[in-house]
Amino acid sequence: MRGMIDFFRIICHNKRSFIGLIILVIFILMATVGPFVFKLNMTVDYNNRYLTPSFEHWLGTDFAGRDTFIQLVHGSKEVLLVGLLAAFFTLFVGALLGTISGLVGGRLDAGIMLITNLFLTIPSFPILIIMAAIFSIRDPISFALVLSAWSWPGLTRAVRSQIISLKERDFIVICKVMGMSKPHIIFKELMPSITSFLSISFIMTMRGAITGSVGIMMLGLAPYSPTNWGQMLNLAISQTGGIFNPLGFIYLFSPILCLALFQLGSIFFANGIDEALNPRLRG
Amino acid sequence: MTLVIVLKRIGMAFVTVCLATVMTFILLRLTPGNAIDGWARDYATQFGITLEEAYRRIAAMINYNPNEPLHEQFIRYISGLLQGNLGVSMVYQQITVNSIIANAMPWTIFVATISLLISFVIGMLLGVRMAWKRNSILEPSVSLFTVITSAIPDFIFAILLLVVFAYGLDWFPVNGAYDPFVTPGFNIDFIVSVLYYAAMPILTFVITNIGGWALMMKGNAVSILGEDYIIAAKARGISDSVIMNRYVMKNAMLPMITMLAVTFGGMLGGATLIENIFQYPGIGYFLGEATRTRDYTVMQGIMLFLSVTMIVANLIADLVYSKLDPRIKVEG
Repeated sequence: MRGMIDFFRIICHNKRSFIGLIILVIFILMATVGPFVFKLNMTVDYNNRYLTPSFEHWLGTDFAGRDTFIQLVHGSKEVLLVGLLAAFFTLFVGALLGTISGLVGGRLDAGIMLITNLFLTIPSFPILIIMAAIFSIRDPISFALVLSAWSWPGLTRAVRSQIISLKERDFIVICKVMGMSKPHIIFKELMPSITSFLSISFIMTMRGAITGSVGIMMLGLAPYSPTNWGQMLNLAISQTGGIFNPLGFIYLFSPILCLALFQLGSIFFANGIDEALNPRLRG
Repeated sequence: MTLVIVLKRIGMAFVTVCLATVMTFILLRLTPGNAIDGWARDYATQFGITLEEAYRRIAAMINYNPNEPLHEQFIRYISGLLQGNLGVSMVYQQITVNSIIANAMPWTIFVATISLLISFVIGMLLGVRMAWKRNSILEPSVSLFTVITSAIPDFIFAILLLVVFAYGLDWFPVNGAYDPFVTPGFNIDFIVSVLYYAAMPILTFVITNIGGWALMMKGNAVSILGEDYIIAAKARGISDSVIMNRYVMKNAMLPMITMLAVTFGGMLGGATLIENIFQYPGIGYFLGEATRTRDYTVMQGIMLFLSVTMIVANLIADLVYSKLDPRIKVEG
């Protein structure tokens, strides 16, 4: 408990990470509480298309007379869910393989690194597009799996090098000499030292996954949810004249603004985490 | 660097190319089989031949026959590749994948090279000046710029530029690579038109890349400014501008040269979204088109081509780096 309070005190102390935290909390509220407060109505209503912002429609309506703000709120749920799942899968595979590779070494290490390097040298976005086409994505979980299929190698490599540099340090060597069990060394000694690194990686992976998912949706390759920000961008660009019709600008710009804000929030927050969780940086 | 290490690196790159080839092979086999079945049925009715005959012809065209056992499919695929034959498009059956890549590649390389050079040079100059004058307004403003440009994905910048400069102000064209009324060739009109049409994709890359180069350069330059030979140069009364340009810049640039090759390789593949937004006929645009129409052979060919480019770029970066900086020892 004390740790948590300390953590938030340090986050709040740092101006950047505090702003980041606030932005992230707003988005999380938007994604969790938002859909219950605002009911989505996707019926087409041509009499009310391209309305300007009013009390009834906070951000006006889109090309088919549907409320832009409510679509944005429901979209945030989709976007964040995919990002969160992808970051979770990536972190799980990356941390597991990286730790094994770094601790065991030898042939296993060489094998894992060969596969990792292979994945790293294949251009990731083109292959994401192709996989999105082959596995015709229909739900957030499969989308997240496809996204994380190409983001784990970078993390694996980073975790491996962290583990390798840690395992030669004095305190680990002493643990070994004292005859402590392997699980104890891994979970009680090694893991706490890379927690800060892993949490930053989690946020950054989530950020990357969200960019990737919005990009794929913008190309119209995973059209399973009409309110996802990427799908909104796709509709704004290809279908409705959101880019050449000034009336559609709000519909086009609101997902862009949300995406940019979310990315900024993640970066700012990640900045502070390192300070909060890495004792060596606090000085 | 010894010959053995060079050979080892080339060997590793070769293994990676082989694995990438196997991977694209497997990816195509994972595709729903009905793509080819449907094609064969169309083909049979179109030319009035039997279904078996259609299968046989298609197998010859795209180097793929789903009824063969897997190892024979693989041998057929590899032997096609070794002859430099990537097959034909499944949608436009007169067009070979080779010709699609050959037509698209120059545009992508053109945009990538120019934007990389512009952003690299500007980033370098900014970075050195940031390191030199630590208390100026330059440092915080470039940092802020970098945070914003790295937070916002490049395709968002592409949309913004498109909305503002192409649709809003009408300064730049909306799509294409050159004016359709200009005859392609080595004449002034064509060159001007090509530059004019490429301006916005290039601008997108430049905006999103400058910050990264500047910060990297600053980091390198700061560590070099602390070196003894800089202090010695100052003591010898060498002018600031000479120290900055000759001593700091040259040394700080070295590690970035390798990044240049890697970034270039990445840009060829990463251009997909931007080329699709500007409908610029580069390799990423055709990859997007092929994916939308489920043109598996084109997808496979482009993917393999991009992977090989990336592997080669990495290899070059590795080898060039140790050549440029004698202090670096390449480990086997």
